[in-house]
Amino acid sequence: MKDRYLPLFATISVFVALYVAGGLFYPRIFSTLVFGHLLADNAFIILAAIGVTFVIISGGIDLSIGSMIGFVGVVMANMDAAGWDPIVVIFIVLAFGILYGAFQGFLIDFCEIQPFIVTLSGLFLLRGASFMVNLDSVPLRNYFVSWFNNIYLDLPGGGFLTGGALVMLAMLVVAIIIAHFTRFGTNVYAIGGDKTSAVLMGVPMRKTTVMIYALAGFYSAIAGVIYAMNTSSGYPLAGMTLELSAIAASVLGGTMLTGGVGMVFGALFGGMILALISTIIIFNGTLNGAWILIATGFLLFLFIVIQRWVVSSFSSAGKTS
Amino acid sequence: MNTQDLSSSETKSSFAPTLRAMMAHRAVWPLVVLAIILIVNAIVVPSFFSLSINNGRLFGPIVDVFYRGTAPALIAIGMAVVIGTKGIDLSVGSIVAVVGAVIAWRIKAGDPHFVILWLALFVGIACGAWNGFLVAVLDIQPIIATLILMVAGRGIGLLINLIDGGTDPSFTSELLQGLSVGSIGPIPTRLILFAAIFLFLWFLLRRTALGLFVESVGGNPEAAQIAGIPSRLIKFSAYVISGFCTGWAAIILTADVHTSDPVSVALFSELDAILAVVIGGGSLMGGRIYLGMTILGALVIQTMVTSILMSGWPPEYNLIIKAVLVLIILLLQSNNFRGAVMSLFGRRA
Repeated sequence: MKDRYLPLFATISVFVALYVAGGLFYPRIFSTLVFGHLLADNAFIILAAIGVTFVIISGGIDLSIGSMIGFVGVVMANMDAAGWDPIVVIFIVLAFGILYGAFQGFLIDFCEIQPFIVTLSGLFLLRGASFMVNLDSVPLRNYFVSWFNNIYLDLPGGGFLTGGALVMLAMLVVAIIIAHFTRFGTNVYAIGGDKTSAVLMGVPMRKTTVMIYALAGFYSAIAGVIYAMNTSSGYPLAGMTLELSAIAASVLGGTMLTGGVGMVFGALFGGMILALISTIIIFNGTLNGAWILIATGFLLFLFIVIQRWVVSSFSSAGKTS
Repeated sequence: MNTQDLSSSETKSSFAPTLRAMMAHRAVWPLVVLAIILIVNAIVVPSFFSLSINNGRLFGPIVDVFYRGTAPALIAIGMAVVIGTKGIDLSVGSIVAVVGAVIAWRIKAGDPHFVILWLALFVGIACGAWNGFLVAVLDIQPIIATLILMVAGRGIGLLINLIDGGTDPSFTSELLQGLSVGSIGPIPTRLILFAAIFLFLWFLLRRTALGLFVESVGGNPEAAQIAGIPSRLIKFSAYVISGFCTGWAAIILTADVHTSDPVSVALFSELDAILAVVIGGGSLMGGRIYLGMTILGALVIQTMVTSILMSGWPPEYNLIIKAVLVLIILLLQSNNFRGAVMSLFGRRA
């Protein structure tokens, strides 16, 4: 079963290659300062990518991530302005993320509507709800945000990890434990691998589906909280089209959209590859920002072709033996 | 004994209430929703049904629905064909961006506009062919294959905008704007254009075997392959058709605003197109193409958008109402949900 680590291995190789190549042109990229910033500035994308990785492994998709991030920020800022305690507010929005995700999972399983369409309506609903609350950016400043934004864990060499990066790394560990050391995690892989056999083997379909989407909702809500605190504001347009980046990060991280194959750990590297692309282009200074999109598209293409190749070598190996 | 049981259950099902059969028909729920929207409109904004002729052109909210709905409906019928093969095309918005950028670039470069029209269509078709290549030849899952162009396309559009030094990409073109915002008699040209493309597609799918092939490839790929249908070629052509329709939509949308705006043009249009197909009763599982129903789906979406604008509500309500409506239509189409509601009523009665 070593083969299943192949996509992850490919991801890490691409990350290292990009990192070294970027570092050779711009030696500052090797500093821990830049590395810390990579983690800090992209913590919310990686968090969202972790959540969507579970969904994709189960053979589904979640398009409501970006809107969830925007909605969570707007709610946080407005409840803060209304005098709620920030910690209570964070618990409320995280609970909302779980409940909304569970609702989507229920619709998908009980009403047999495709995940694509259910979460698409989630995308519209949550974005529309944020627009209804307010249209402008609302400042989010309170004791908790200023405390959180002043957390720094020093790294050797002048770099540091911010609070957001630390939360992201902690949640990554939690996700790895859920995916690989719980019955729920095994069920997720089983459903994505072959739904019919999973049902025949007694995997509780409805419960697992609801939990998968609830988990994704939870991770996007955390991403929204981190994003809102980093920017100290709630903005209804925040996280626009971020679901695409999260899905791209997940695919670059070695997760197959056909389901059943993937590693939560890969989402970290997928997100970091996206981050590295934009960092290198920003360091270059002369390249247009449009190249970020094109480079991302090209890497996606490369990865998908590699995955195809791995899969076909899998199946041909299966046939001969 | 067994056979008797079977036959009796069969006769039972053949006597199933016609109401139930009607409710299960795919055209009913979208029509009901459209009717509800129109009735609500008639009460809230009676002027919704007003028609007038200004400067020899037909005006009124209903005309506006058709007028603004043309480009989304064009994209949606292309999407319907792709979804018929059990595929999906996420890249349509980006194709609009690329085609728009090419149009602006070539007009600045001074090409004859008639040539640009065909070049724009060619670019749309080429984008579709790229998607088709990934799906049909490399066997990549449609949702990812088209995700590539979806992500990269707007970047490519921005780069094309930069070719002549990033100057203002706005333009004027009698030919293109004639096709988009012009009118023949009282009827907007784009509606005639749409009718022509729709008829062309309808003949292609329903008067040749292509439609049957597409549906069989989407319905059961293995059986289609065994029956000797060249499934790769069929899948490839579905994406080319989608690129063709999207190319026309891009010409209309780009000429409409006289400029190329790769970042925000046709944003979320892939989602609207997929919604139109689904509201029209098409299943994402493939195997069915309902061109007419897809147009009905696009009309439902556009009527709703126009109604919200007319009603004086803030346009922010647009997204949320769209989401709720989609959920309602989908819930009504779900057997499990209908069963649950009926058993609820049954218990109370």
